[in-house]
Amino acid sequence: MKLAGARILLECLKMEGVDTVFGYPGGTVINIFDELYSFKEITNILPRHEQAAVHAADGYARATGKVGVAIATSGPGATNTVTGIATAYMDSIPLVVITGQVPTPLIGNDAFQEVDIIGITRPCTKHNFLVKNVKDLALIMKKAFYIARTGRPGPVLVDLPKDVQIAAAEFKYPDSIELRAYKPTIEGHPRQIEKAASLLLSSKKPVIYAGGGVVLANAAEELSHLATTLLAPVTTTLMGLGSFPEDSHLSLGMLGMHGTYYANMAVTECDLLLAVGARFDDRVTGKISEFAPHAKIIHIDVDPTSIKKNVRVDLPIVGDVKDVLARMVVVIEGDSSVLDLHKEAVKPWLDQIDGWKSSRPMLYSQEEAVIKPQYVIQKLREICDQDAIIATDVGQHQMWTAQFFKFTRPRTLLTSGGLGTMGFGLPAAMGAQVAFPQRQVIAICGDGGFQMNLQEMATLVQNRLPVKICIMNNNYLGMVRQWQELFFEKRYSHTVLDLPIDFVMLAKAFGATGFLATKQEEVEDTIRNAFNTPGPVIMEFRIAREEKVLPMVPAGASLNQMVLAS
Amino acid sequence: MRHTITVLVENEFGVLSRVAGLFSGRGFNIDSLSVAPTNDESISRMTIVTRGDDQILEQITKHLNKLVDVIKVFDFTDGSAIERELALVKVTAEDAVRAEVLRIVDIFRAKIIDVTPKSYTIEVTGSPSKIDAMLELLRPLGLKELVRTGPTAIGRGAKGWKA
Ligand SMILES: Cc1ncc(C[n+]2csc(CCOP(=O)(O)OP(=O)(O)O)c2C)c(N)n1
Ligand SMILES: [Mg+2]
Repeated sequence: MKLAGARILLECLKMEGVDTVFGYPGGTVINIFDELYSFKEITNILPRHEQAAVHAADGYARATGKVGVAIATSGPGATNTVTGIATAYMDSIPLVVITGQVPTPLIGNDAFQEVDIIGITRPCTKHNFLVKNVKDLALIMKKAFYIARTGRPGPVLVDLPKDVQIAAAEFKYPDSIELRAYKPTIEGHPRQIEKAASLLLSSKKPVIYAGGGVVLANAAEELSHLATTLLAPVTTTLMGLGSFPEDSHLSLGMLGMHGTYYANMAVTECDLLLAVGARFDDRVTGKISEFAPHAKIIHIDVDPTSIKKNVRVDLPIVGDVKDVLARMVVVIEGDSSVLDLHKEAVKPWLDQIDGWKSSRPMLYSQEEAVIKPQYVIQKLREICDQDAIIATDVGQHQMWTAQFFKFTRPRTLLTSGGLGTMGFGLPAAMGAQVAFPQRQVIAICGDGGFQMNLQEMATLVQNRLPVKICIMNNNYLGMVRQWQELFFEKRYSHTVLDLPIDFVMLAKAFGATGFLATKQEEVEDTIRNAFNTPGPVIMEFRIAREEKVLPMVPAGASLNQMVLAS
Repeated sequence: MRHTITVLVENEFGVLSRVAGLFSGRGFNIDSLSVAPTNDESISRMTIVTRGDDQILEQITKHLNKLVDVIKVFDFTDGSAIERELALVKVTAEDAVRAEVLRIVDIFRAKIIDVTPKSYTIEVTGSPSKIDAMLELLRPLGLKELVRTGPTAIGRGAKGWKA
């Protein structure tokens, strides 16, 4: 039987195991929404902005590991998705974004709501497709999901003209697929893995530097196994948080610009750096010529372009992080006498690290009269469930979360690391809550970034999504203000958000609940009240306005040149 | 250093802009680019001349390989390829100069493909350096217009590259 393109699209989604999409209607996708109306297997969550649709699909993908799906109409709907797509692209998140397009005969004519979204998103998608013939639709969808999810994951956009949605074809979903031009390397080279194992075993000062690739590859277990077998300390990037339990004595916390003193010192002093699914971002390395200056560098990554992009690498291993780590452990455990000697040999190094940890722990000055944001983060950690999912926005509150929350499980921190997109937190939390209705989902936002997608309060209330929102209100674009304080002689140009917004009233306006805390002693009760209140809740914390994120490595300085908290 | 890279790509909509966008987006140079379908019509072959040190060239080839439509990439820089380029050249050719132009055409085994009382249009193929040499001789005689394809390259020896 022949089916219309719009229906074929939904059948393809169903075949891919998709049960939830985040879509916003419009003229060129009205046929898709018409099919959705009676298609019981797929639920659409209607956000209030297409950017939020993509961030929600992204949050859903980050929390579950599945491919997130968003749908938007042509023209303005499509352009609204671009920030969401670029956010996912920078963090390698698997998405399939479907955009409507004007009918094929009109393409190129500046038709109403026509935009060249294929051209616009070419540099920020892993791949994109314009479907010109309904007969190609099923194969293209199969390719789109395959490309989004395999190798280094990423967003794929499918642009679907209206006439293709209306035209009919036989539906047959391909069982499997082979693309001659796309063959990601999964298995690491055995010889390279052996070499890496022997470098690790002969190292006296090893450090493992783990990135988002460990989370994406679901390799947290393998990473822990390797680290504990070798007694190798582990530092993670922002994206790698959760890939290694921060309550382990081998954890160094986060490294880089706002990393811990001990992580940055360890990287500076180590003789071997094992980089796993990380890409040596400038926020991580500081001054590149002084990054890990004494170390041999081993780099495991599924994407060959990440290797030797900005640092020299002594031993590259291209392959799936999970596969490579698992096989590396087997090699390392092969000779227990060598391993025992190694564990003896690294003891002085672990002692040195313990020394750094006790001389310069992560600190902030506690005050009673005002709320310290770090205190809020610590209290949240204490009170929320172990498997709670935290989504953040971008700014100081994001860094405080990264520094003080102590993540122990992968996929519990959803944050925009690569693009640093303000407005990400609320819709990403929404997507995660859709995926896990029973788990606690917390959005930690700044007062600035919250306002970039606050319309999603409506989506939360409408869909009974009980996201708990924690607004760290400093009435500043705090992170930019911090730079102005440190590097622009306190000229706070346009970073003062002078209009005090009543966030409790705002919550009420959407039919949600709001709580305000202005003193430290109110923090704990506020958090407990929020968790005890059904439905979405805003917790507004009026925090110490000029609190800074410390330590800080000034841009361009080397990692051991940190400005520390006093 | 100058590199000649050959890229086999799926003969699909938008692939040229993917490749061109990769070079511009990442700040890589393109000195020339030529492209046409191969004997297998589903595949096009591009020859790209670029510049950069080893590290940059490694990144260029890796990034090209990463494009979903790119089937194969080879860097022919080590002299393992034969390069040929086509140029069409319109020169002023009046009176005394006419004979000189013909001599140059003859020496370079080029062809006159259009004649007027005042001009010759010349077709020449060869290595880029041969074309440069001929242009140097023609330039003082009055070069009106020049169009070059940029080099295309094929590997030496019996082995054929296929997808
Ligand atoms: C969309 C977007 N615009 C601008 C920026 C630049 N930026 C980074 S952090 C920041 C301040 C964020 O302020 P707020 O949300 O209040 O968080 P705070 O730093 O105060 O915790 C700005 C403007 C950005 N990252 N994203
Ligand atoms: Mg703020």
